[in-house]
Amino acid sequence: MSIRRFALAALASALITGPAAAATEILNVSYDPTRELYQEFNAAFNKHWTAQGKEAVTVQQSHGGSGKQARAVIDGLRADVVTLALAGDIDELNKLGKLIPADWQSRLPQSSTPYTSTIVFLVRKGNPEGIKDWDDLVKPGVEVITPNPKTSGGARWNFLAAWAFAQQKYGSEAKAQEFVEKLYKNVPVLDTGARGSTITFVNNQIGDVLLAWENEAFLALKEQGGDQFEIVAPSLSILAEPPVAVVDKNVDKKGTREVATAYLNYLYSEEGQRIAAKNFYRPRNEAVAAEYAKQFPQLKLVTIDQDFNGWKTAQPKFFNDGGIFDQIYQAQ
Amino acid sequence: MSRRISPVIPGFGLTLGYTLVYLSLLVLIPLGAMFVHAAQLSWGEFWAIISAPRVLAALKLSFATAFAAAVINGIIGTLLAWALVRYTFPGRKVIDAMIDLPFALPTAVAGIALTALYAPAGPVGQIATWLGFKIAYTPLGITLALTFVTLPFVVRTLQPVLADIPREVEEAAACLGAKPFQVFRHILVPALLPAWLTGFALAFARGVGEYGSVIFIAGNMPMKTEILPLLIMVKLDQYDYTGATAIGVLMLVVSFILLLLINLLQRRIEKP
Repeated sequence: MSIRRFALAALASALITGPAAAATEILNVSYDPTRELYQEFNAAFNKHWTAQGKEAVTVQQSHGGSGKQARAVIDGLRADVVTLALAGDIDELNKLGKLIPADWQSRLPQSSTPYTSTIVFLVRKGNPEGIKDWDDLVKPGVEVITPNPKTSGGARWNFLAAWAFAQQKYGSEAKAQEFVEKLYKNVPVLDTGARGSTITFVNNQIGDVLLAWENEAFLALKEQGGDQFEIVAPSLSILAEPPVAVVDKNVDKKGTREVATAYLNYLYSEEGQRIAAKNFYRPRNEAVAAEYAKQFPQLKLVTIDQDFNGWKTAQPKFFNDGGIFDQIYQAQ
Repeated sequence: MSRRISPVIPGFGLTLGYTLVYLSLLVLIPLGAMFVHAAQLSWGEFWAIISAPRVLAALKLSFATAFAAAVINGIIGTLLAWALVRYTFPGRKVIDAMIDLPFALPTAVAGIALTALYAPAGPVGQIATWLGFKIAYTPLGITLALTFVTLPFVVRTLQPVLADIPREVEEAAACLGAKPFQVFRHILVPALLPAWLTGFALAFARGVGEYGSVIFIAGNMPMKTEILPLLIMVKLDQYDYTGATAIGVLMLVVSFILLLLINLLQRRIEKP
């Protein structure tokens, strides 16, 4: 085949398959522990979508650390929707990439967070160290496993939960800082992501307690059959709100706004909420939440907006270079 | 009239043009862009970033562990190359193929496997704990991971050179009364040293930038077991692109100087 004929053939096949594939495919860029959730949800959404007489849609999933995923989208990954671990990461799509408007979080119900989670403790069976609350984590000799807040969204929720506990119990920011300093002295390994920490704790058997996303803790329990670990709910934790958003610039370019919006809205439907609950995320829908109430431990939850003035304040104060987390390690 | 010497392989213009375009797209432009990006910083800002105590601690750790790994491979790798070239034994081909496995394996997989083995609860880690030291989550663990990923460099650069040294040279030396150590010292070492240095430099350079395999076994504790590439990731996770490129430039410059020194050393050895 001559080069020209080959080029023509390649061009023709690109023309035929190109637009057709784009119309029925959307990309969901998410963080690590939502893999199982979205596999189930995508199938359900497709059924719902085609039942309305629409063309079937293929949802591609991409998973990784939340910050890394946001960066990929900013650098040009054509995500139709993002479902990340922190609002702070989606804010950067606005700030650095101008991909979505600044008020993105008000476009969907519940601050664009269809499901929530929290931070709990995973301990070894029988709880040999007798860990019941945050106070037990700062005792000498207790080894705590948590990822690095500089690289992991989940780890930032862990840090803030510990901070909130100390501040409420001991009454001042200075005391809270002292408390988290003691806690991080007990951390032998700082993995870069939540899954890494789970592997360190579960497979490599390091540490006495793992600070984990509630859904991740349940998943570890489910995979291990529940005979090696147990979940301990502290007296107070943080309401972790992983938000979702349509990436305007990308859907407008690809012509997928309708399906992308419907996709996210369906997370709020009863079925979407039930799938979230089945995957150990706390549903927002009250009826579904009541159905699964037994599954989730009752605990007092602080929120990022009320107790920390939102991520826009918390991120630079605690986690950016020179922030409180850095000071902890600089002091040593 | 001067006669043009025609090279054996024709098309010098074309091949050189291709080489330059290819290298530009792949190496020159990306690395150049890094310098351009870092140039947004004033000298003072750049200095503040690279002289932060955490960066310096990581710099020391990254280069020290990469150097240690390269030295270990320099010794063990020579031994392996020697055994594989000089002796025939059953399973030689299989072992020879195994040398390349660290290149083929995704580094993250290697890192997880090494951590599982050398963590305090792992099979080897348990023995180490019993003996009173720790491997995983210490600089020792980092060195181990780097030794693993850079193993093929020294072996693969030495093998062909070793195979090319004629036996007769050693035999002649022996006939003239040289003792085995003298043969090694005066015949083999000079012939092998340039290739050995190349292997060493390759292993060292690769080790400095290694991320995937180290990140699981390092423990990543600030000031203690935090490698330089992790600090770049940390900066990126704060969307601090300029800060990250500043550290990247620092690594590039330090690596370049070290490689240059090794190269000069190699030249001096080659023409005594």
